[in-house]
Amino acid sequence: MAEQAIEKVSIIISKGSLEGIYPGLIMANGARAEGIEANLFFTFFGMDAIHKKRHEHIKVSTVGNPGMHMATWLGGVPGISSVVTHMMEKQMEELDIPSIPEFMELIADTGCGMYACRASADLFKMEKADFIDQVEDIITVGEFYEKAAGGQIIFT
Amino acid sequence: MATTTVAGVTVDVSDDGFFTNPEQWTEAMAPELAMADGIETLTDQHWQVIRFMRDEYFAKGTGPTVRVLGKTSGVTVKELYQLFPKGPAKIAARIAGIPKPRGCI
Repeated sequence: MAEQAIEKVSIIISKGSLEGIYPGLIMANGARAEGIEANLFFTFFGMDAIHKKRHEHIKVSTVGNPGMHMATWLGGVPGISSVVTHMMEKQMEELDIPSIPEFMELIADTGCGMYACRASADLFKMEKADFIDQVEDIITVGEFYEKAAGGQIIFT
Repeated sequence: MATTTVAGVTVDVSDDGFFTNPEQWTEAMAPELAMADGIETLTDQHWQVIRFMRDEYFAKGTGPTVRVLGKTSGVTVKELYQLFPKGPAKIAARIAGIPKPRGCI
């Protein structure tokens, strides 16, 4: 017998680095491409992905990231994060992977819901006006569970 | 691999219903394939996407993803999801008689 297909996913993005944001976006976009209902929730530093002034400046984390395969002290040198990010963005462009702002627009157009976290918005003193227009609302954890009902929850 | 009958013709399909031999497809099969995916009437815009899927497949060896469709087919991403609510690239590929497009974005 075939496995039961996934019909709905709620993906939480909690990190504000480039490598912390893209996987969740790719999963949300991919879910919609498969006809799966999808919602994106941004919490803590993940809210930089929907922050009007910050989402164009998301950087790769070069400190405390063994995957970078560089000396820890080097990762902390001023400007290194920008250089590494620039290199990675160039490679992504070659592969025609959209930038974060463009990706957000695409994902919203696919019909995926986008929400910000109430507690984090209060903590960082952010309001709806700080977020890109595609963000539908700032919601509480309780409202999140209501929206996620009947589906799978993925935390990134 | 399996076979199925569409518009009275036996064709080769994958387990999830995609044509494995796109040459076996004819336009006359599209309405029946669309119906199986819940699309009752194929509009001109549906056909624009279906023909684009096939052209891309024969030119590049794989069908386009939703992002590529939105950028190059002349139909916006929003419209694509109205035309094919269950996934534009996937459903249009199945109706267009080509294998499922591969590509993460």
